[in-house]
This record gives sequence, C-alpha cells and structure tokens, in this order.
Amino acid sequence: MSDLLYSEEEEALRSAVRDLLADHCDAPGVIARTESDAPHDLAAWKALTDGMGLAGLLVPEAQGGQGATHREVAVVLEELGRAVAPVPYLTSAVVATEALLELGDEALLAELAAGRRIGALAVALNVAAGGAYKVVRHEGGALHGELTGVADAAVADVLLVPADDGGLYAVDAADATVTPQVSFDLTRPLATVTLNGAPGRLLGDAEPAVRRALRTGAGLLASEQLGLADWVLTETVRYLKERKQFNRPVGGFQALKHRLAQLWLEVVNLRAAARNAADALTTGTDADVAVAVAQAYAAPVAVHAAEEALQLHAGIGMTWEHPIHLYLKRAKSDSIAYGTAGVHREALAGLVDLQAP
Amino acid sequence: MIDAAELKRRTAELLAAQPPATTDRLDFLRARFDAGLAWVHYPEGLGGLGAARSLQAVVDAELEAAGAPDNDPRRNGIGLGMAAPTILKYGTEEQKQRYLRPLWTGEEVWCQLFSEPGAGSDLAGLGTRAVREGDGDWVVNGQKVWTSSAHNARWAILIARTDPDVPKHAGITYFLCDMTDPGVDVRPLRQITGEAEFNEVFLTDVRIPDSRRLGAIGDGWKVAQTTLNNERVAIGGMRLPREGGMIGPVSKTWRERPELRTHDLHQRLLKLWVEAEVARLTGERLRQQLALGQPGPEGAGMKLAFARLNQEISGLEVELRGEEGLLYDDWTMRRPELVDFVGRDAGYRYLRSKGNSIEGGTSEVLLNIVAERVLGLPSEPRTDKDVAWKDLAR
Ligand SMILES: Cc1cc2nc3c(=O)[nH]c(=O)nc-3n(C[C@H](O)[C@H](O)[C@H](O)COP(=O)(O)OP(=O)(O)OC[C@H]3O[C@@H](n4cnc5c(N)ncnc54)[C@H](O)[C@@H]3O)c2cc1C
Repeated sequence: MSDLLYSEEEEALRSAVRDLLADHCDAPGVIARTESDAPHDLAAWKALTDGMGLAGLLVPEAQGGQGATHREVAVVLEELGRAVAPVPYLTSAVVATEALLELGDEALLAELAAGRRIGALAVALNVAAGGAYKVVRHEGGALHGELTGVADAAVADVLLVPADDGGLYAVDAADATVTPQVSFDLTRPLATVTLNGAPGRLLGDAEPAVRRALRTGAGLLASEQLGLADWVLTETVRYLKERKQFNRPVGGFQALKHRLAQLWLEVVNLRAAARNAADALTTGTDADVAVAVAQAYAAPVAVHAAEEALQLHAGIGMTWEHPIHLYLKRAKSDSIAYGTAGVHREALAGLVDLQAP
Repeated sequence: MIDAAELKRRTAELLAAQPPATTDRLDFLRARFDAGLAWVHYPEGLGGLGAARSLQAVVDAELEAAGAPDNDPRRNGIGLGMAAPTILKYGTEEQKQRYLRPLWTGEEVWCQLFSEPGAGSDLAGLGTRAVREGDGDWVVNGQKVWTSSAHNARWAILIARTDPDVPKHAGITYFLCDMTDPGVDVRPLRQITGEAEFNEVFLTDVRIPDSRRLGAIGDGWKVAQTTLNNERVAIGGMRLPREGGMIGPVSKTWRERPELRTHDLHQRLLKLWVEAEVARLTGERLRQQLALGQPGPEGAGMKLAFARLNQEISGLEVELRGEEGLLYDDWTMRRPELVDFVGRDAGYRYLRSKGNSIEGGTSEVLLNIVAERVLGLPSEPRTDKDVAWKDLAR
C-alpha cells in the first residue's frame, strides 16, 4: 500500500515554500500582474529555482538535479495551488522535465533543473496522456506550423515541439513566434507557437516522451488542485465565522455548515487521492490507475470548492478585487488540463476492466 | 516497549501451547486473551500488553497464517467497538476484570440501549428513569428502541435519567444492564428489509446493582461520548482491498453480464468506482495516521462517505439488474445475528444501506459535528441547555 502521509522533510519543504510565496506571491500582487503584459512572476520563479533548487526535484543529482521524487514535487504543487502562483512550475519543472527524462537529453535537462532556462512542451494544455496532439511539419531540416493552447509558452526559453516525422524537437524560443492568447486562467496563460522554418534539434521519439510527460502532469496536477481546494475552503470558513447577518455569524446557519462540512469531506478525500497518485508515480506501482482515479476525482472537487467559495462569499466574491476569481479560473481551467475527469474515467474503464456497453 | 519481534515471539509461544488444530475454539480465544494478544494496546491482564495499537496487525497476520480461530468480530460489533473502550476508560478494576474477557471472546454479546422513541438525535433528551433505593440498587423504567442485536445480547450499555431537576446533559448516568434480568422485555421490530435486526426494549422495574454503574452518578453523558466517538471511528480504520466494499459486487455483475450494460449506467458506475476507491484511500490514510498515533479528523467523515456510497452503489445495482431488479430475494421475517451485506441480493443491500445514514448518528447530525468540531463554525442557538430536563417542552 502506498504511503499516504507526509514525511517530516516534506512538511519542512511545505513550510519553506509557503513562506517564500507569502513574501512573493500575495493575491493583490498576482491580480495586478494579470493586468500587465507580464502575468508570470519571474521573481518568485527565481526564488523557487535559484534559491531553493526546486526546478530540479525530479532530476537525478548526477544530471544536475536534486534527485527527489514526485512526492516532494506534489507538496510544492500543493503550495503553488494554494497561492495560485503564476510560475511555470508544472509546465517546466514537471511536464517538460519528464519529457526530457524520457529522452535523456542531459544538457537541456540540467539547464531546466537549475532553472537557468524554462521549458514548455508544445502540446495543448487540454490533451491527456494517450490523446491525440497536433504536430508541426518537418521539412528540409526545419519546422513549420502553428501550435495553440501551449501553457506558459510566453515565458519559455525552449519549446519541445512534436513534428510529423514522429520526433520531438527542441526549438529555441527566439526562433519561434510566441503569441499570447486571451486565457481563461490568467495565472497560467496559454500562447500560440508559430514556426516558420525554425531550426530544431531532434531529441528523440515524441510519443513515449509526451505520454510520460502528460501522465505525470495529470497525476501531479491533483496536488495543485488539492492545494487550491484547501485554500478556498479554509478561507471561506474563516470569512463565514466573521461575516455577520441577521445578528449572528452566517457560518452558524446550518444550511451553510452542511455545505462546508461536505466540502471538507471532499477535500479530505482529494488529499488521499492526490497523495496516492504522487506515491504511485514515485514507486511506479499502479501509477496508471492512481493517476486516473486522482484526476477523475480532483477536478470536480476543486471546481466545486471554488464555486462554493464564490457563492458563500456572495457579493464580495464577485469582485475583481477579491482573489476568489483567480481560484475559480484556475480550478475550471485545471479541470480541462491534461484531460477532463470524463477522459480519465474512460481510461479507467479500460484499466480496471469495466468496459463500455 | 514491546516491539513487533517480541509480539511475534509471544504469538509463536501461544500457538505452540495451544495448537489451533487440536484446541477447542473458546479455549484458544481465552488463552489468546490471557496472553495479551487480543488487543495488544490494552493493559496487561486485560487482553493486552500495553504495546502500540499498530502492532495488532502483526499478531493478527501471524494467527491468521497459522489457521487460528478468530473471535468473529462482526457478531459483537457494539461490544468490541463501543462497550469495550468505554469500560476500559471508565470501569472499575472489578468491572474490567468481569466484562472484557467474555466480551472479547464473543461469549457475551453486547447491545446499546441508548435511543428512545422520543430521543434519537437528541439523545440527551432521553426519559428512561433510574431511581436509587437508598444506597442500594437502581430501579429502571422506560422504553428503548431500534436496539440492534438485543435478541442476542447478554449485556447492554444503558443510559438513563437519574436526576430530572438539572439540565438534560447533567442528569444522566451510565449503566451496564443484564439483559437476562427480570423486567427486560425484548420485542422484535421488523424493518424495511423484512427481517428484525433491531428491537424495542421495554424496561419495567429492572433492578441494577450500583456495582454496574459505569462512571459517576450524573456523569453519563460524558461517558457516553467515549462510546459515540468510538462508534464513529470504528468504520474508518477498516482495511479494504480495491473493490472491497459494495462496489465489488456491482463491478462483478458489470463484467459478467454485458447484456445489462447501458451508457448512462456506465458513466454512473465509473464515477462511483472512483469515489469508492478514493474513500478506500482516505480510510487507509486514517489507518496510517492512527498507526503513528496521530489520528486525524478524517474519521468523522468516513461514516458520511460510507453511507452515501453504499446507498448510491446499491441503488445503481438494482437498476443495472433490470427485470431482476424488480424482484427481492427473501422477505421472511428473521432475527439475524448480523448484517449480511454480501450474502444477500442487491435489493436487500439497497434497503439495508438506507440505515447507514441513520444508525450511529444521522448524516445531518454528523455534518453538524464536522462543521462545529473540525471547522470550528458556530453552533446553533440552543434554548435547552440551561433548563432543567423536567421543565423542557415535550
Ligand atoms: C439500522 C439501525 C440500527 C440502530 N441501532 C441502534 C442501537 O443498537 N442502539 C441505539 O441506541 N440506537 C440504534 N439506532 C437508532 C439511531 O441511533 C437513531 O435512529 C438515530 O440517532 C436518529 O434518531 P431518530 O431516528 O430519532 O431520528 P430523529 O432524531 O427524529 O431525526 C429525524 C430527522 O431530523 C434530522 N435531525 C435531527 N436533529 C437534527 C439537527 N440538529 N440538525 C439537522 N437535522 C436534524 C435527522 O437527521 C433526521 O433526518 C439504530 C438505527 C438504525 C436505523
């Protein structure tokens, strides 16, 4: 059975990341940044990577990383989710890194691990492991075509681009045109990548690398969703203990207490599912089922938590000034990222032999 | 401190002295209790060795592998899950010596005389009276209801009102009631499934010696909290394999009967399968926390999740069975020894699981508990807290 708890080291890591984000990533700052041309918080990113070496958690020490596991990465993602931090951690330190781990490109891996460069897998954010993804044309030694929906491409230094010859190519962002799209989730913006005869360096076969990257992305996204859900629940409980109407704290009304208790139950369950996925990715045992279960469960819970938080904050929750909208947008966007709950349930049907009619 | 190796040694010693193949079942169970291998975390002399609770699994695994008989824990769920921890915490030395061993071996089954027709969720509102004769016996009169297993029980944990002149929580006392005493009348109460698993219990001039009082006079509510808290976590600690709960039979039916499959049911089945797996993982997480001695509040939620899942899954299974779902396996009025979820059909499971959100505290009441004790939300305004029980409107 997997280890579903947090070790002391993991708890220490959590509080270090939480402290750092408290200094760097407060909600008003994140909101202000979303209204600028540079929604990403590169100062926070630098602190996480230079300062704490977190971009290299999944990379073995011999290859310039920290040699940690998916369990630690999951803890970092919980905290990033709690802060809806606009940093390319999931996209660069997890997804792009996993693709490179599959292909074994040591030089690039070391650069990503050190946080010297940011990588992005040029596959639309909604694609699930095993799902179809768009490719560009490889012709005369150069790449041609347009890819859309690439998360965090705007800050990427290197793009990992799948081509029609079955290869995955490393393309320098300077050789591509990256155009921001107007994104639903302002804290993990998408962009279009256009290649007009861009040079690319062949890394290896795209298929296994993309599959591995997306599976890990989906499995660990559950931890980000957990952090997000945990934050909105805690914050809503705090607010409802304070907010008075009808001469008493509204949190004392049973109709609301039951909704919050129900949410708490969902978050407790999500914690077990997310921990299980992180542990399964670490050990490699039962990982496909663990990831499918975690994603099938996590997305509806995170969205439900954010929607409840908005309703229970009522008027103030509808304002741009209050950070709940950041969480709702992230949660809804996350529910599509790396495959919807429905897609993961379908995958599960095959994995546990519960076939469709 | 006793470690796993030492427990293995003692288990081997027990098996050598009482080879299961040639030892009478009860003799074996009694010897196991006396060796401290019944509840390893209980004190020495009371079935335990004061070891860590998590080490029980080591003993259980060794004994199971050796083919040793178990104490058939499902038959005495209330005794093991609720009476025993309460007696351990509040009993006198004499009471612990008298009750714990036959309870653990299953020689004496226990039931719980708490609920009354007028006091269910508001348990502290109960009206069964216990009046003391001088410094001697208590004389008990009243009616209890929905008492599971009263027809098999040798003993009962009982709460009764001993002082009507103080607020309701303050005037209750906790007793151990002999179910074979004159004046205890157990009548089957047939339920929705057709059988009578629970009962009405009428108490008429039942004499209970003061030596069977558990805890101080008027302290019954506090003592009962131990019982109720144990009742709620009893479920969460259970270790299940994947598909170990009610999702198992319906998944099996799905695999074996492709002709029954529909798209709508497929979506619902997958959703419930995921939720059942996640609930199983939450239970496992709780178990891992308990083993480290740091129980989380997850326990309070387990019963809620378990009740809803059982109901939804069994409901789905009835639909899946189509024409067969219109039938029922057996309406015979019986007085079963235990709830048999796996031995019966989907229709039975559907009906019986309706009780999962009522027995041991309704889901509504448990949600209140989560909201107030876990999330710290304010409680409802109360009008009954400071009024003497006898003056409450009824
Ligand atoms: C199968 C089964 C076995 C049982 N076994 C035993 C047993 O062995 N021993 C024993 O003592 N009892 C037993 N019970 C009784 C059980 O504990 C009670 O039925 C239960 O506590 C609810 O009480 P009630 O039935 O009086 O419902 P009520 O308390 O009358 O509740 C009626 C409705 O009001 C709701 N409600 C009540 N108070 C609140 C509140 N504050 N906020 C919101 N909603 C509220 C309830 O949730 C319920 O929906 C058993 C019950 C069942 C179904």
